[in-house]
Amino acid sequence: MDLSLTDVQTMLIDSIEKFITNDYSFEQRQQYAASDVGYSPDVWATFADLGWTAVPFTEDDGGFDGGPVELMVMMQQFGRGLIVEPYLANIVLAGGVLRRAASDAQKTKWLQPLIAGELQAALAVTEPQSRYDLANIAATATKDGDEWVINGRKGVVLNGGNAGLLIIPARTSGASTDRSGITLFAVGGMAGGVSRKGYPTVDGHQAAEIVMQDVRVESNAILGEIDKAYEVIDAVVDEATLAVCAEAVGIMQTLTDKTVEYSKSREQFGVPIGSFQALQHRMVDMLTACEQSYSLLLWAAMANADQTEDAKRAISALKYQVGTAGKKVGQEAVQIHGGMGVAWDVDIAHYFKRLTTIGQMFGSADWHLDKLAR
Amino acid sequence: MNVTFTDEELAFRDEVRTFLRDEMPEGIAEKRRLGVPLEPKDFISFQKALYRKGWAGYNWPVEYGGTGWTTVQKYIFGNEMAEANAPGIITFGLGMVGPVIYTFGNDEQKQRFLPDILESNVWWCQGYSEPGSGSDLASLKMRAELAGDHYVVNGTKTWTTLGQFADWIFCLARTSTDVARRQEGISFLLIDMKTPGVTVTPIITIEGDHEVNEVHFENVEVPAGNLVGEEGKGWTYGKVLLQHERTGTARVAVTRYRLSNLRQQAARSVRGAEPLANDRNFMRKLAAVEVELKALEFTELRTLAAVASGKAPGPESSILKLKGTELQQAVDELYVEAAGYYALPYVPSQYALDFPESDRVGEGSETQSSLTYFNFRKASIYGGSNEIQKNIIAKHVLGL
Repeated sequence: MDLSLTDVQTMLIDSIEKFITNDYSFEQRQQYAASDVGYSPDVWATFADLGWTAVPFTEDDGGFDGGPVELMVMMQQFGRGLIVEPYLANIVLAGGVLRRAASDAQKTKWLQPLIAGELQAALAVTEPQSRYDLANIAATATKDGDEWVINGRKGVVLNGGNAGLLIIPARTSGASTDRSGITLFAVGGMAGGVSRKGYPTVDGHQAAEIVMQDVRVESNAILGEIDKAYEVIDAVVDEATLAVCAEAVGIMQTLTDKTVEYSKSREQFGVPIGSFQALQHRMVDMLTACEQSYSLLLWAAMANADQTEDAKRAISALKYQVGTAGKKVGQEAVQIHGGMGVAWDVDIAHYFKRLTTIGQMFGSADWHLDKLAR
Repeated sequence: MNVTFTDEELAFRDEVRTFLRDEMPEGIAEKRRLGVPLEPKDFISFQKALYRKGWAGYNWPVEYGGTGWTTVQKYIFGNEMAEANAPGIITFGLGMVGPVIYTFGNDEQKQRFLPDILESNVWWCQGYSEPGSGSDLASLKMRAELAGDHYVVNGTKTWTTLGQFADWIFCLARTSTDVARRQEGISFLLIDMKTPGVTVTPIITIEGDHEVNEVHFENVEVPAGNLVGEEGKGWTYGKVLLQHERTGTARVAVTRYRLSNLRQQAARSVRGAEPLANDRNFMRKLAAVEVELKALEFTELRTLAAVASGKAPGPESSILKLKGTELQQAVDELYVEAAGYYALPYVPSQYALDFPESDRVGEGSETQSSLTYFNFRKASIYGGSNEIQKNIIAKHVLGL
């Protein structure tokens, strides 16, 4: 048994830590989030230069062969730095599909520019009515000669407004909640028939509502096998769930650290508020929640790296834990900071908001607990 | 023992209901329904409608132009306001400084200030918290030094709600530091916001709105006649206010209204999704909050019954703010959960009367669920944080 990190993993952590300390202050983050595109294209180019966008891909694809553990350590640091750049949408979600399903020609066309930081992409996993059911897909694609015609709506598509490449799951056969009969299509963001309404999300990230009306694509836009996309989407979303949970653990650890620090310096009634036993116990509970979450994160990352039998259960257990513990840690951090916890200009509020949105993504705590209870 | 209303009380309830249905000023009900934020003029026009009906002083004695309502009438009024989804009454004038002035002020102050408060001609804000003193209010540092016929005021107040619209502010300021207890030497001052040396800077809060402010005072000259009551006794007067703030924040009726709306929403399909009523996990959580709220409703009734029969309310009254904010926040969480992914979009601009319905993201006001959740984390912080409430209960109720 060995739970220590490899040299490469440690280097990865160090380089992200260094970047955040030197080049990614909270104030800069806020400026990037408030800009038109909602992130910094320069920072994104830096991510590509430093090789971070290449980590999860195989060496053949121009990557570093990183697996779930590498993804975990990176996302944890991105959480600590409260990074708004769309790593999840581009690299984990869209990249995850391309890595698993794209042909060589398709990889050349889309994956290479994605890794190089030159292409923004999105995977449309949700529709307005679908909630957390990945098979609930009403958008349709029908064959018309050599072409496919796509119709339907996608909702809250992460990075959907900025994406040059939209990966659209559409129903090519079966009923609207069947797992079989789903096919993935690569659609240009500016393609005819695509209308997008992009907007910021409450955590400073970006998303979009997408309507497709008679969008025509050729057969070479199909990623993977016809009717068989569910397994691909499911695997990608598992990985994305692991990624956001790692990010959440980084956020929870940061919030706990900052809350403890604040409680040492904030004085009321002539003493630091950290000297009150009532608050001490609550901060111990925060720490416990972080440690338990980190433990499940390690389990889930290793189970998925080794593709053990309980790999899927580990993802659900982790998401349940992060959903419940994240809510508790976020709320306590805000409460113990008092008014400072609800001020826009203080980072605490923004960490809390990102924890909240992570709780809403890829299945709520209850949704995953249900899977485990079955 | 019963909790039924008398015939007179039922008639009063109908009168309130009719008034709120027929005399709500143009546009306000629609804004409330669509989740469009109200502007100061909306609040003022609603309060002026109450004034015309003779109900602005809902909490005031008759001799100062108030309703002189019984405790039960006030309770009925609050319930009907919530059920009608009426705007909240801005409390700083009618609920806070008005009662302090008619209780502790002199005749000149009563004549000068009370009519404009009743008629909502003057917008008041509250100057209690300071950057260094939140829960420990007695540590406040704002100085007011008497120089002939006026005080010279220096210091900073913070978290001043809606202070950007205020004509006047009531402040707790330190008039003496030579005191045995920190609670002494604090005075209650009324300050015209237009006085030279008063500046207001916005504080944007977690959800992105400008609701609160910092108010800076630099050598502000305040006439000595603006001191309410005795110099150095402001803490006592201010505490009376805070107690009012604490009972007001139970918000049982509003929480009940929101819960019943959520139950209705759960019964139907939103955005074509399966109704949440089929989600046992969600409905169990909803039911659990309903049970707790019913308990709090009866806790509030016990307090009312005690007051109505001339007795001092028992320990149950102390938990109203504490439990009330917890339940309000629990409902906020349920709304976020119900919205699923649609708790994510940040689209405040779509909540405007002229915004086309078809361009809206999400259904109804579901994308406001997270903003409400974030904003109302403040409920367990303001008016004496819930930690302070527990300290008070431990000390004064449990005798620890």
